[in-house]
Amino acid sequence: MKQIQDILVIDDEPMVTRVVIKVCTAEGMTATAANHANDALRCLDEGEFRLILCDIMMPELNGFQFLEELSKRGVQTPVVMMTGYSTVENAVRSLTSTGAVDYIPKPFTADELLIVIRRSLRCGMLLNEAESASLPRSGAMSYVPCPANYHRLGYASWALMEDKGTALIGVSDLFLRAAEGIKAFELSLPGEDLLQGIPCTEMTSPDGSIHNIMCPLSGRILEVNTQAQSDPSLVERDPYFRGWLYRILPSNPASDLQWLSF
Amino acid sequence: MLNSKIGLKLTFGVALTILVVIAIFAYFNIQSDNRSLLTEVERAAQQYSDHLKADMGYDMLHNDRKRIQDDVRRIGKQGTIDGIRVFNKMGEVIYSSDSAEIGKMVDIKAATCFRCHLTGRPVKRLQKQEHMRFFRTDPDSPRQLGIINPIYNEPSCWTAACHMHPESQTVLGVLDVTMPLSKVDQNIRNSQVAIIILAVSAIIILSVIIGFLVRWWIDRPVQDLLMATRQVAGGNLGYRVEVKREDELGMLARSFNSMTDNLAEARLQLFQSDKLASMGRLAAGVAHEINNPLTAVLTNSSYLLKRSQGQSELQEDLQVIVSETIRCREIVKSLLDFARQTVPKKRKADINEIIHRAATVVENQLSMGQVELVMDLDEKLAKVTVDANQIQQVFINLMVNASDAIGEDGGTINISSRAISLGPAGTLQIKRALCRKRHDLVDRKIQIDGKPAISMRYKKNKETGLIHLNPMYGSNKHKLNGMTDFDKEVELMCPDCSASLMADGEFCPDCGSRIYAFEVPLKGLVQGCLKEGCGWHRWEQVDSSWNDEYVEVKVTDNGCGIPQEQLPKLFEPFSTTKGQKGTGLGLAVTWGIVDNHNGTISVESKLCAGTTFTIRIPVGP
Repeated sequence: MKQIQDILVIDDEPMVTRVVIKVCTAEGMTATAANHANDALRCLDEGEFRLILCDIMMPELNGFQFLEELSKRGVQTPVVMMTGYSTVENAVRSLTSTGAVDYIPKPFTADELLIVIRRSLRCGMLLNEAESASLPRSGAMSYVPCPANYHRLGYASWALMEDKGTALIGVSDLFLRAAEGIKAFELSLPGEDLLQGIPCTEMTSPDGSIHNIMCPLSGRILEVNTQAQSDPSLVERDPYFRGWLYRILPSNPASDLQWLSF
Repeated sequence: MLNSKIGLKLTFGVALTILVVIAIFAYFNIQSDNRSLLTEVERAAQQYSDHLKADMGYDMLHNDRKRIQDDVRRIGKQGTIDGIRVFNKMGEVIYSSDSAEIGKMVDIKAATCFRCHLTGRPVKRLQKQEHMRFFRTDPDSPRQLGIINPIYNEPSCWTAACHMHPESQTVLGVLDVTMPLSKVDQNIRNSQVAIIILAVSAIIILSVIIGFLVRWWIDRPVQDLLMATRQVAGGNLGYRVEVKREDELGMLARSFNSMTDNLAEARLQLFQSDKLASMGRLAAGVAHEINNPLTAVLTNSSYLLKRSQGQSELQEDLQVIVSETIRCREIVKSLLDFARQTVPKKRKADINEIIHRAATVVENQLSMGQVELVMDLDEKLAKVTVDANQIQQVFINLMVNASDAIGEDGGTINISSRAISLGPAGTLQIKRALCRKRHDLVDRKIQIDGKPAISMRYKKNKETGLIHLNPMYGSNKHKLNGMTDFDKEVELMCPDCSASLMADGEFCPDCGSRIYAFEVPLKGLVQGCLKEGCGWHRWEQVDSSWNDEYVEVKVTDNGCGIPQEQLPKLFEPFSTTKGQKGTGLGLAVTWGIVDNHNGTISVESKLCAGTTFTIRIPVGP
């Protein structure tokens, strides 16, 4: 019987793995560190984990190759990518092409890290429940009961292209459930620029955790859904229609959309 | 003399051609000389032989054999004749200048006879030239000319008293005169030698002349160009070929120079975009390198902050560490955003429409801040060639700035657009100015109105120092550092190489003072007069081709204004008037966009009264 641990953290920088383990154990979670991807694969042979935190830029096997190796081995543990701002485009890629569930831009505070870890653990649980309810599982995306013609960035946010060239942006129901509800939104103002893969809104859940929602499309905000801002439960009740967050003018839709899944 | 292969090849080629032409010419000349000399000799010999025959005819009619033989011997002794023989039809020598020959038979196959008797039966009459034969008695002896003159039967012959010849005979005998050709051959040889000497000296003289011409006209300019290409290949893009002539090679030198100029300009632009690109790479690299240590600091400090509840002093310090680390994170992020700037994609666009679009974007923000937006747009504006997205960003930046300046009490932003016409003076910024040795006079350390100035060194008697000219063409707001008296004694020169910047032999058309001149790459010479109160200037290439159509947009707010001392640095990166709120990149980006569109942006501001930004963009092609 394999021993089950909560977290496996992979980073070639020991300083990072050390602090992540410190934070996790202080919160009562069990965690193991690996300094490179091959080391991590050995850990996975020896034990089971509920969540994997993985850096993208690593020597030998990088984060993407590690994800590919996982899918080859049939490992279904949810993976959260850790990335610098310079590799945000890569992080976006990791969500669609290789099926990581989330990512967290470095540097992060202890709270930001814990929020992402808890949310992803719950997300993993929700996906497992879906699987045990014998729903077909081909990655996180298949779970989300998202309307057709909506483009999704991972399981977190969605974008809908409108006829006049604008786009609507919102948050997915799986994200809302993983975050365990919603208390308030901190939305940006019209005229501001949003960048794909960079947080576009801060969402506060009932326990006070602040969740960053990654923006699915780059563009300039034209309009903010003030109704959703004043009544956050609207987003929870109807996340795909009346609960949209922004109307934006996409600056580079063609190249942005290729990283999103339908 | 020729150290380049092309000169050598060309000279050899031309010399060879001359050699062939002169050789052919000499050959035909010698041939024709020979022919005419021989013809003359033949004609003389024929005449001589005819005379002799006529002379002997009388004696023959009288059958005075002794007298004939005496005549033959006498004549035969002359230097011009080698021998005379007369033989009868049977081939028997009857008379001869050589008495020993008399009575001998001549072989029918001998040269004298075979002309007529070659085919076995005698030819009735021979052509004149067939009477001649050239021969040598032995291979080493001089050539001789033999001429046979048949003596035909005539009525006087068969009616003569001696009844020697019956009427039925056609030819009675043959007069054979042999003449020496040694003199003629000597003449021919002399003339051949003369022609050959002439030809050889012509070839030598022409080759030398052509060699020199090739050296002067081709070799030297080609060497100069070769030298220039080596210099340019070695990276010296300031090298110029001296243009000395107006022929094709001169034009080649000229286009080489302008190609090098273009190359230098392109390299400069490449440097600029390369700088941006490397800034992007640098930022990305910095972000990656700095993010790991920042993660350790931020996560640890925020973790400690979480655990240190109840120890307020410790918490305060940790809070500082956390918030400052988060600030570092934001700086890295804005650096990356700044490095993501793109090149403008210019198209014809309506500037009013761009203003309207920008206004819709900020509308909500403005109405929340109780800011009223008043537009005063000239609806008949010509379309301008711009990157609409970038220009829209400019207007959004300015409107957001204006709304920030207005603050929470509300106010008005006024946007107006109009068509204006602008001359190059005061509009065009000189971004590069070159001395004769191609040093850039634009000095980024000295700025006038926030723009890098043009620096020159002056020398007056023994006094020397630097002056800085305003880079805005036509502006007389210079930094002359107290130097005002620009009389004839003053020399202006390049601060780097001391090459003179005074225009040779040209004087200010307004005041007659000496003028300065420098080159703007690809845009010709800029000239100007520094005499106090004159300010004459000329930039021929720009003055003549200037399109003066501009669109001017003013964004005015009645907000808090900008302190005077902050104005000069307003458009520099990381200068912000908003304190913690701004990144200090907004106006730098705005300035960069306007500059990329060859436009200008200026600001006027009064504390507590408001600020006006004026943007002028050329309508363009």
